[in-house]
Amino acid sequence: MEKSKSIITVVGKDQVGIIARVTTYLYESNVNIEDISQSIVGGYFNMMMIVDTSDANKEFLALSKELEELGNKIGVIIKLQREDIFKSMQRI
Amino acid sequence: MININEVIETNKMIEKENLDVRTITLGISLLDCISDDLNTLCDNIYKRITTTAKDLVKTGKEIEREYAIPIVNKRISVTPIALIGASACKSAEDFVLIAKTLDKAAHKVGVNFIGGYSALPAKGMTKAEELLIESIPQALCETESVCASVNLGSTKTGINMDAVKLMGRIIKETAKLTADRDSLGCAKLVVLCNAPDDNPFMAGAFHGVTETDDVINVGVSGPGVINHAIQSVKGKPFGELCDTIKKTAFKVTRLGQLVAQEASRRLGIPYGIVDLSLAPTPAVGDSIAEILESMGLDKVGAPGTTAALALLNDAVKKGGIMASSYVGGLSGAFIPVSEDHGMISSAQCGCLTLEKLEAMTCVCSVGLDMIAIPGRTPASTISGIIADEMAIGMINQKTTAVRIIPVEGKDVGDVAEFGGLLGSGPVMKVNEYSCEDFIARGGRIPAPVHSFKN
Repeated sequence: MEKSKSIITVVGKDQVGIIARVTTYLYESNVNIEDISQSIVGGYFNMMMIVDTSDANKEFLALSKELEELGNKIGVIIKLQREDIFKSMQRI
Repeated sequence: MININEVIETNKMIEKENLDVRTITLGISLLDCISDDLNTLCDNIYKRITTTAKDLVKTGKEIEREYAIPIVNKRISVTPIALIGASACKSAEDFVLIAKTLDKAAHKVGVNFIGGYSALPAKGMTKAEELLIESIPQALCETESVCASVNLGSTKTGINMDAVKLMGRIIKETAKLTADRDSLGCAKLVVLCNAPDDNPFMAGAFHGVTETDDVINVGVSGPGVINHAIQSVKGKPFGELCDTIKKTAFKVTRLGQLVAQEASRRLGIPYGIVDLSLAPTPAVGDSIAEILESMGLDKVGAPGTTAALALLNDAVKKGGIMASSYVGGLSGAFIPVSEDHGMISSAQCGCLTLEKLEAMTCVCSVGLDMIAIPGRTPASTISGIIADEMAIGMINQKTTAVRIIPVEGKDVGDVAEFGGLLGSGPVMKVNEYSCEDFIARGGRIPAPVHSFKN
C-alpha cells in the first residue's frame, strides 16, 4: 500500500553535520536515499533528498514526525512529503 | 525527476503564500433515512452520518501530514432537509429537531460545519419547504455547526418572489434571535439562484438529489499564491497577466485534484468534483482584494474593479479546468466582505459600496457575501436586495447568492464581529428608498427568454 518515492527537504542555518545526522536517522530507519541535491544560499542550507520509504521499519507518519523532531533538535526545518504533490503541481 | 527548485517553489507557496486546500466536503445522501416517524428519522440520520463520516477528519489529517499541505476544513453536506423531513415533520419545531440531530452528528465526527438544512423552492414552495424555512431562525440559533440555504430561483424557472419575500423576514428574525452574537445566525444562512448540487463551500453546500449516495468534493484556495505570481508581472500587458494567473491556477487546482483523489481512495468514497473557487480568509496575504489591487487598482471598488475581477475569474477557470478532470461547485472568485481584510479596508473608507459589490457579482461567483448592514433595515428592503441578486443570476445563467447580516443594534460605521474564518466587517450603507410595494405583489417572476441576448 505504501507508495515508494518521497521527498525530504531540509532548510535552515548552515552548520556542521546536518547531512550526517539526517542520513544516520534514515539509515537506522531503513530508508533508502536515491538522490540528493543541496545548495547554500546566503548562509542558508537547502537540501532535497528523494527517498524510498517502502522498506522502512516504521510507518510513514512516524517517520514524518521523527524527522520533524530531529529538525527541531538540530535547529533546521525538516519535512517529509509524498512525491505526488510535486509531480501533480509541477508536471502537466 | 523532480528538481530542488520545483520543491522549493511548492513549499514556498504553502509556507509563505497561504496555499491550502480550503475544504474536503463529504456529501451524504439522506434519502434512505426517510421515515414518517420523527424519532426514527432522526435516529436514521444520526447513524447514517456518524457511520459514513467516521474517518473523514482522521483521513484529512493524515493527508495533511503526508503531503505537508494544510486542509483547513473537513465538512459534510446532506440532502436538502426539506425533502428528508417532509413526511415526518408537521411543524417548524419538528424541523428544528432534525437540525439538532445534524449538529450532534457533526460534533460527533469532528467537522466544523454541516450544510444541507435547505429548501429548493425555485418555482413553487411545498408545505414542508415553508415549514423548514420558518424553522431556520430557531434552528440556527440553537445549533452551532448547521448551515442553511434556500434556492429561490433559476434560469429555467424564474424567481419565486413569495419565497424571496419570506426570506427577507426570516433573515431579520434570524438576526434578532442571534442578536447577542452580532446576528451570527445570518452568517450561516444563504439564499441562492441556480444553486449547484455539488458545492463544497458553506453556507450554501448541500448534497443534491442528482448525486450518488456519498461523494467527496474538494474546494481549493490560494489567493495569496495568485497575488504573488501577479506581482512578478507588474506593468506587463493583459495577455501576460492572464497567462500568469492561468499557470498558477493550474498548479493550485492540481493540488486540489490530488487531495480529492487521495481522500476518495482512502475513504472508499467516489470523488465528485474540484471547486476552483478562490476563497479568501481574514489573514493578510490571503485576499482577493489584494489580487485586484496588485493588478493596478488603488483600492478595490475603484473604477476598473469589475473588469479586473472578470479577468481574474475567467483566467482561474481556464487554468483550473485543464488541471482537473471534473470541475464543479461554484468555481469562481469569492468576494465575502468580512472574510477579506482588503475588502474590509475598502468598505471602511467608502471606496467599496453595496452597489459596486452588486456589479462585481455579475462577473464572478457568488454574490453579495458576508455583508453587514444596519439592523434597522426593513425586511422588504432585504427582499429587494435578494431579488436584484437573483435576477442577475437568472438572466446571466450563473449562480448568485446573498448572505447578508442585518446586525441587530448596529448602524453604518459600527463594526460587526463574527469570529474565526467568518471575520469581522463594517456595517455598510443600504439605499433607504423603499421597494415595499414591489415585494408585496407576490407570485413569480417568469423565466427569461433564452434568445435575443443583448
